[in-house]
Amino acid sequence: MPAAGFVLEKRKQGEALKKAFEINRAEITDMIKDSGLKGRGGAGFPTGLKMYLCGAAADTIKYVVCNADEGEPGTFKDRVILETVPEKVFEGMAITAYVIGAKEGIVYLRGEYEYLKAGLENTLNGMRKNNLLGEKILGADFDFDIRIALGAGAYVCGEETALIESLEGKRGEAKNKPPFPVSSGLFCHPTLVSNVETFCNIPHIVTGGAQWFKNIGSEKSAGTKLVSVSGDVKKPGVYEIPFGMKVKDLLKLVEAENTKAVDIGGASGIVIPESQFDREISFEDIPTGGSVIVFDKTRKMIDVMENFMEFFLDESCGQCTPCREGTKYFVDAVEKIKNGKITDQELKNLRDISNCMKLTSKCGLGQSSTNAFISILDNFKKELLS
Amino acid sequence: MDIYINGKKCKAVQGETILEVAGKNGVRIPTLCYHSDLCLAGNCRICVVDVDGARTLQTACTAMASNGMKIWTNTPRVIKARKMNIQLLLGSHFGECYTCPRNNNCELLKLAEEYGIEELPFPKKGKRTGALEITPSITRDPDKCIMCGRCVRTCEELQGVHAVKPVGRSSDIHIGTFFDQGLMHTSCTMCGQCINRCPTGALYETSCVQPVWDALADPDKYVVVQTAPAVRAALGEEFGMEPGSRVTGKMVAGLRRLGFNKIFDTQFTADLTIIEEGTEFLTRLKRTLVNKEKGLLPMTTSCSPGWIKYIEHFYPELLTHVSTCKSPQQMFGPLAKTYFAEKEGINPAKMITVSIMPCVAKKYEAERPEMNASGYKDVDYVLTTRELAKMMKMAGLDLKDMPVEEYDNPFGISTGAAVIFGATGGVMEAALRTVYEIVTGREIPFKNLDITPVRGMEDVKEAEVTIEGVKEEYKFLEGAKVKVAVAHSLSAAKKVMDKVRSGEAEYHFIEIMACPGGCLGGGGQPIPTSPEIRKARARAIYEEDESMTIRKSHENPAIKKLYEDFLEKPNSHKAHELLHTHYLKRKRFDKVK
Repeated sequence: MPAAGFVLEKRKQGEALKKAFEINRAEITDMIKDSGLKGRGGAGFPTGLKMYLCGAAADTIKYVVCNADEGEPGTFKDRVILETVPEKVFEGMAITAYVIGAKEGIVYLRGEYEYLKAGLENTLNGMRKNNLLGEKILGADFDFDIRIALGAGAYVCGEETALIESLEGKRGEAKNKPPFPVSSGLFCHPTLVSNVETFCNIPHIVTGGAQWFKNIGSEKSAGTKLVSVSGDVKKPGVYEIPFGMKVKDLLKLVEAENTKAVDIGGASGIVIPESQFDREISFEDIPTGGSVIVFDKTRKMIDVMENFMEFFLDESCGQCTPCREGTKYFVDAVEKIKNGKITDQELKNLRDISNCMKLTSKCGLGQSSTNAFISILDNFKKELLS
Repeated sequence: MDIYINGKKCKAVQGETILEVAGKNGVRIPTLCYHSDLCLAGNCRICVVDVDGARTLQTACTAMASNGMKIWTNTPRVIKARKMNIQLLLGSHFGECYTCPRNNNCELLKLAEEYGIEELPFPKKGKRTGALEITPSITRDPDKCIMCGRCVRTCEELQGVHAVKPVGRSSDIHIGTFFDQGLMHTSCTMCGQCINRCPTGALYETSCVQPVWDALADPDKYVVVQTAPAVRAALGEEFGMEPGSRVTGKMVAGLRRLGFNKIFDTQFTADLTIIEEGTEFLTRLKRTLVNKEKGLLPMTTSCSPGWIKYIEHFYPELLTHVSTCKSPQQMFGPLAKTYFAEKEGINPAKMITVSIMPCVAKKYEAERPEMNASGYKDVDYVLTTRELAKMMKMAGLDLKDMPVEEYDNPFGISTGAAVIFGATGGVMEAALRTVYEIVTGREIPFKNLDITPVRGMEDVKEAEVTIEGVKEEYKFLEGAKVKVAVAHSLSAAKKVMDKVRSGEAEYHFIEIMACPGGCLGGGGQPIPTSPEIRKARARAIYEEDESMTIRKSHENPAIKKLYEDFLEKPNSHKAHELLHTHYLKRKRFDKVK
């Protein structure tokens, strides 16, 4: 693991929270803004701006929601965070709550992670005992507590508005934006939804300062990123890398050999060939919520394509036209490619459908679900269409 | 604030959507899942527009206008995306257009034409399953469903019934019922409001057209028809006439040409309902005020079978509040097969009673097992306004060309009080005109008999009438302030009934209609529907009332004669046998098998 690593390190509990109480709310918001912290779930929305918007929303009830619905294929870094340093996530939530004026925090935990629940409850109880949660936290005029809600297995519930619908007991489906959750979220109250890793960064920024954080990473992507590396590598696992690391350097780190392709960003990400391995993992080049899947030269790209497209055929919520109707044609296309029967006209039609899905799908799921198909088609054309 | 649509400056107000501002400025943006009666969904992605600064296209129906916003409604990528979304919908919609009940009135087909869809990017997916769900009122054809969700929103928001929901995900998604057991195992009220808002032929009434043709063709059968008040204010729309056209006499002429033996009017039994229900109301008032009995007030109306099924499912403990009067349709059936049959010497076994209704719940009502007071099935077939139009068209009749003809006697005689049954508040108004006069001997003190507080499209309306100068036998009502409420749509019914349940309501009499606007907005009426169309139909109904010479039910001479000859007096034993009924306590859904 590189020296920059801090996200998975234990730290003194409550230190950051205490410091937060000493400086005012606006200053913390500015600090987070200045640090350049962006959402670690993949979309990369500036966290400080989110805090500002939610803090500025006029309502006596607000919520902080931790998105722990880690469902992107190939991603398991949030699980590791929640297994090793959950208290930092909770402290990050508490600081956020303090800043925006929320009293209730909710961890939306992926259904498959139910086995983590008991451990997380333990941590929460410990924090309550130490007055890091509950009433008058550390003597300050601030009440806040966290509860854990379980998801039920829908990928789309990782999308923040669908997550909120699910938390409200409804069918998990993306809502129209605007309004954004920061102004009208859970039960129509302002809600700040962020990823596990994002919250985990906040205590470090509060004590370390914006500049310290900004010094790590690349120009537009401050800090580090946890990536979960899987596939044809000798050392799979969760790695913390500074933003801007080249793909080829990451491959070296995880001891990948004979690599043919790397999927960055999971099923909704892109698949790149060797010729692009000097591209960077960062918001300015290739962003990822954490998934890095490595394929060596024994792998057939059509299988990768098939796997991802079938995934979306299962996971589209079915609400909006382009995503529900479009996805199935890509699954069919995989079959046609396999049989060597796809025509140029059909490929053109697929690109048209893909563009339509990108431009008009209601949420990120449909907007990104053909990324893998199109990138594999573009980058491995020869292999697929010969 | 100012926004720019296709470069033209337009005024907009905070909270307005792009679609609304565009509409006001004469810029048409196509829509599909949008409906003026429902909340915004943004599911179909047809109304997408380009907004400067946005990465993706925005749905005009949901995106709010903001100051300085620059919108382009017809850029090449907008047109291309809309066209593709229409193609994608067509790719999974089994558009057997020429055999579809929505032939010529399908919103998807219109869009396909508008966007010049000549081919699909890929052949249609899947096979026609033909999995129809047929209930007495509603038929669902999932193969034609395009998942716009209008039916779900109608059922949830407008009606508060929640009988249908999206089930499953992705391409498995479908509009389902509780554990997919079917509508008959849920709290579906059969109101059919979903039909009125379905853009395609995925939802329609279960048709009775063929058996009615068969009956008309059978020389051995004597076929009588009754027409509900709201039909005459809407049938014209099916023939290209403006909403709000009154076509009563033309409709009668058309029915006569279809071959019905007698053309009667449900308004006759609407007048009868007022007498029976008004008398029942006075009895309930007396038992409550004098005998101090409980559970009798407020009394609610019982004309709307959608409302009846709703209260049976959702407030079964309050069923004692519902008037025991059958609906006018179901009063008509047994009278035709007893009183009229006897009078005319017709064998009731050979009589077929058909009703033309603005409603699909009436089909279910006619099938209720208790509806056989005549010893036969009281109402044999129920046709919707739409089905009647279809029959006329099949017979080569254009309503516009029909002469104006009169109903037959004796069940064709009615009053202005009966025609307003078709609009929300009408039953209440008709009842008050009669009850007030029975109690005081004087006309109700509203100008021109128009009880305006109970008129209009507000979802819950309230009014109070002080009763003074009563006749001797109604002494107990002297000075009483009678409080009434009127609700239309089942979500409005819920507002009122929750108050009744909590004891908070001080009402004496409540009119409830399942459909928005009352019967004129019924599930069997011409499609489309909108607040404006319903207002136009209501206007026609009130004009019809004003045009009538008799405007109070108790002055209907044929009703007086019916009591003299046959029923003896209101709420008599015989009246109870034929004209009153009982209700069933129902659960919200059946146990999952």
